[in-house]
Amino acid sequence: MNETMELKRAARAATAADLDTAELSARLAARAEDEGLLDVAYCEVDSPVGRLLAVATPKGLVQLGYPNQPRDAMLEALAARISPRLLEAPARLDPVRRELDEYFAGRRREFDLDLDWRLTEGFRRRVLRETARIPFGETRSYMEMAASAGSPRAHRAAGSALGANPIPIVVPCHRVLRSGGALGGYGGGVEIKEQLLQLEGVLGS
Amino acid sequence: MRFKQIVSGVAGPYGDLTNPRCRSLNSRMTQALPPFQSIVDAHARAVAAFLRGMLGPEDADDALQETFLAALRAYPRFDGANPRAWLLTIARRKAIDEHRSAARRPQALAEPDAVAAPGGAEQDADGLWAAVGELPPKQRAAVVLRFAVDLRYREIGLAMDCSEAAARRSVHEGLKSLRTKSEANGLEEALR
Repeated sequence: MNETMELKRAARAATAADLDTAELSARLAARAEDEGLLDVAYCEVDSPVGRLLAVATPKGLVQLGYPNQPRDAMLEALAARISPRLLEAPARLDPVRRELDEYFAGRRREFDLDLDWRLTEGFRRRVLRETARIPFGETRSYMEMAASAGSPRAHRAAGSALGANPIPIVVPCHRVLRSGGALGGYGGGVEIKEQLLQLEGVLGS
Repeated sequence: MRFKQIVSGVAGPYGDLTNPRCRSLNSRMTQALPPFQSIVDAHARAVAAFLRGMLGPEDADDALQETFLAALRAYPRFDGANPRAWLLTIARRKAIDEHRSAARRPQALAEPDAVAAPGGAEQDADGLWAAVGELPPKQRAAVVLRFAVDLRYREIGLAMDCSEAAARRSVHEGLKSLRTKSEANGLEEALR
């Protein structure tokens, strides 16, 4: 029937104006933050090692994802593990973005950010907390990290804790190398580890 | 009984996972909800079209915000089954609230432009849509869901908390009143 076609056309003309979904999301995120409904906020941060996915809870930075880690799968896992009230909300991540920019520009040697450690526990968390204390420009071995976390013989477990570091760069697992000085592995790809160590003057460029 | 369950099937939080009835309950209850952002990205357009159809472009903007904020609040309790229909149910309630508060506000005079002037197809379409705005709320919601959001009757029923048959009836009643109105207003051309 022509009638329904006509009605569809009229409906489209009256309702299908462009919707600015970015603006809708931004306003929604701001309201959600005000009302305590923003359990997990994320945004993308451009950096010399690629586009990073930064994720924060009200407690602090909980995850920093590398470009080689699939973004959607990471967000789905966070929705399942922390809360599905998860929105793109760059405002909460302003300090993270600022400090990362400063670090990559060579103007920052230490991060001063609140961290949410809930994605790791037990020995792994101890290893990562110790890793967070390694100063800019210095390195440690996997064995040393195992020892400082209280289990000198667990260097393999220390290696896998570092490989699963949810907050790389800020928790500087790139500063942990093999005992002989070989680079060892890196979650974001070993080229990035090399790049970060060059930035910190550990490796020549 | 307990022994039998362990031997014959796989235990889940809601009973034996090998029993199809329990299985659907188990998967429904344990399936994680996707990030709310993906719900916004996938369905904002449909919800906006519905609210524009119900309230007009200006009031629709605020109602859209309110809808997604209310949805975010309720999200952890959502069963995950049909996010679009779920959002439209919330949007429909927001549209009713908005109408009630608009009714309490002093009425603005209708702009002369809004009255259909005789002329081209565009004005006919405007006039036709203005007539949709005068339908009773249930018919209006059904017509907007059918023609602006492009839903099938089953989903219109879900969004309106009624059966598929009742949804179909509301759309048809809406069309009938539009036809009557258009004859009275000389809009037969648009509806023929």
